Amino acid sequence: MSDTITATSGDAPPRAPRGPRRRRFKPGRNLLPYALVVPALIAELAIHIVPMLVGAWMSLLHLTQFFIRNWTAAPYGGLTNYRIAVDTNGPVGKDLLHSFFITVAVTVLVVAGAWLFGLAAAVFLQKPFRGRGTLRTLFLVPYALPVFTAVITWRFMFQRDSGMVNNVLSDELHLVHGHPFWLLGGNSFAALVIIHIWRLWPFAFLTLTAGLQSVPGDLYEAAAIDGAGFVRRLRSVTLPLLRPVNRVLLLVLFLWTFNDFNVPYILFDQPPANADMISIHIYNASFITWNFGLGSAMSVLLLAFLLIVTLGYLGAGRLRSRHA
Amino acid sequence: MKARGTAALAASVMLAAGLAACGSGGGDKSSPKTLTYWASNQGRSIQQDQQVLEPELKKFEAKTGIKVKLEVIGWPDLLNRILAATSSGKGPDVVNVGNTWSASLQATGAFQSFDDATIAKVGGKGKFIPSTLTSTGAAGKPPAFVPIYGLAYGLFYNKKLFADAKLKPPQTWQELVTDAKKLTVPAKKQYGVTVQGASYTEGSHFAFIFGAQNGAKLFQGGQPGFDSPQMVAGVKQYVNLLAGDKVVNPGDAEFVNSSDMLKEFATGKAAMMMVQSFATAGVEENGMKAGEYGVVPIPMPSPLPPGGRKVASHVAGINIGVFKNTQNKDGALKLIDFLTGSDEQKITNGVFGSLPVVQDAYSDPKFQTPETKTFKDILANSAETLPMIPEEAQFETLVGNTVKQLIADAAAGKPVDDQAIKDKLAAANKKMQSGG
Repeated sequence: MSDTITATSGDAPPRAPRGPRRRRFKPGRNLLPYALVVPALIAELAIHIVPMLVGAWMSLLHLTQFFIRNWTAAPYGGLTNYRIAVDTNGPVGKDLLHSFFITVAVTVLVVAGAWLFGLAAAVFLQKPFRGRGTLRTLFLVPYALPVFTAVITWRFMFQRDSGMVNNVLSDELHLVHGHPFWLLGGNSFAALVIIHIWRLWPFAFLTLTAGLQSVPGDLYEAAAIDGAGFVRRLRSVTLPLLRPVNRVLLLVLFLWTFNDFNVPYILFDQPPANADMISIHIYNASFITWNFGLGSAMSVLLLAFLLIVTLGYLGAGRLRSRHA
Repeated sequence: MKARGTAALAASVMLAAGLAACGSGGGDKSSPKTLTYWASNQGRSIQQDQQVLEPELKKFEAKTGIKVKLEVIGWPDLLNRILAATSSGKGPDVVNVGNTWSASLQATGAFQSFDDATIAKVGGKGKFIPSTLTSTGAAGKPPAFVPIYGLAYGLFYNKKLFADAKLKPPQTWQELVTDAKKLTVPAKKQYGVTVQGASYTEGSHFAFIFGAQNGAKLFQGGQPGFDSPQMVAGVKQYVNLLAGDKVVNPGDAEFVNSSDMLKEFATGKAAMMMVQSFATAGVEENGMKAGEYGVVPIPMPSPLPPGGRKVASHVAGINIGVFKNTQNKDGALKLIDFLTGSDEQKITNGVFGSLPVVQDAYSDPKFQTPETKTFKDILANSAETLPMIPEEAQFETLVGNTVKQLIADAAAGKPVDDQAIKDKLAAANKKMQSGG
């Protein structure tokens, strides 16, 4: 690092008067931005790249309780851990695949739900009216709450005997018979999806509201003069102009939901099979047999999947925008 | 130019600070006069544990000048936190562990072993009641831990509810079930038994205790036998309270912490509960007076199934140990000597409802109650130590979570028969084989 500093602090005149001279000092001048990036680069390496590589290396080891203290001594296991993780006939692989499907289902529902709610609210609040600011603030509350506070409250509300959800649905409104479980069995899936949508839609709302600011008002006026109704304006003006925002928004919502650890962890500790999100599944799977190599192998598989989806999605988006 | 240099300097200083922070593991290098202590949750809440331990640790500080940073960790997280500390090398100096994990954690090599010279520094082997030393590590090796609190399972019963129904505390498992059925009145929201259904540790303990009553062996020649017919019978004995006998409120399947269960029992919503001795304190804090409940050993099927063993509890309890990464081993041992000393044992066990691990402490009248006598008797006559082998903790997580799932299934009204139990236990068994 000190080398680059010396290079940049050379006595080059800050502003070269003539063209040719400017070119001659280009290397020195251009190193400065790189030098400024170096700390960030080192931090990036230390925080992301190196741990990722370490994780990939760990996935090849037979890293059990006998070696976790000094895992460099763990025996090399080759692809054994991967074989166990993808063997869908074995109990470990079967559970992992099940967890993967649950996670996909939760993610699809949450991304769709959060986006629809966010869009509806953003369009609804597009025109000024009295109390718009208050509503906007209120809408953002779920997003502003710390995740632990929010989810633990939901956990209390979803409890079978003392929770508010059953109290309202069953005792007050008589919509359901008896007290169903929300944190166990099939309903836990619904509980998880509801909480995720509740937490994420304000972000979609915020992003789409920002996106709508860039839609020129005269387009709506022109469309209105042409006789376009609300739906037509939404379809032909709003949505096409929001496409760049949506492209990023959907990806972020997807990644956040797919990878989420906090919500299922706080809600269930160890989620029931119907709400077994993959991040927490991997976490629990590695602690259950104390084979952290196996956990790492599962994480690497997850990373590979997310990478492929993300690259595919961005690539497809680019192709489409080029054709458009 | 100057600004650039300063910025670069600042950046490298920050980086160096970050790396230095990564490097300092276990304890605080800069001040050997502090210790970090991870305590387990013994009282009714983590806050209560803090309130009980903080003044004691202040006494220790006054005596030795060593300041102790206390963190109380709940049971659902404790084992994972210890494992994370083991693998990262960043952890406390002194830590409480469930005594059943001793051999498993010993195998990691992360704990200071109590060879003769080391154990002498905490008062010597003779200080502890011999039975409490049976679960401190694998046989033939110096212990990795020493005991701090003794515990045993017992059956708590509500004297008034039993008297009203003209019942006596059950002597056999069959009696327990018939009594529980008589005491279950769903219309009054009253049930025969309450269980901590979502706790994997409880699930694993009962799988062991009832498995032993049915003749099961968890491991044979190092191979797990979680799905043997005897284990299936044992797990069924427990889960059936909810699934077949229907003497448990299905809502109990959501209970993660003991506080929920203690409240059900103390408020008369359940007539019985099977729980470790610490519950005496929690029951009384929930408004039940000392004479209003009784404790008897958890009954066994009569006659015992072939090969069945007279086991009413495992040798339960809490151990304490020193992380090898500590920078202050002597201080850590001093803290252990202090906490296992007779005076502290009287105070802490008295509040937590656990049993002292040193004989001297029993002179205190607090430990002369009928309940304490019952628990001491259970430990002496009908308690078995969980296998002290490295795979023990995996047994607890795998089988404990299986039992938890079965209870959730039963609560949701799914049929939980022998086949369902066997299938789930067989999956746990396979995971154990493929993972280890």
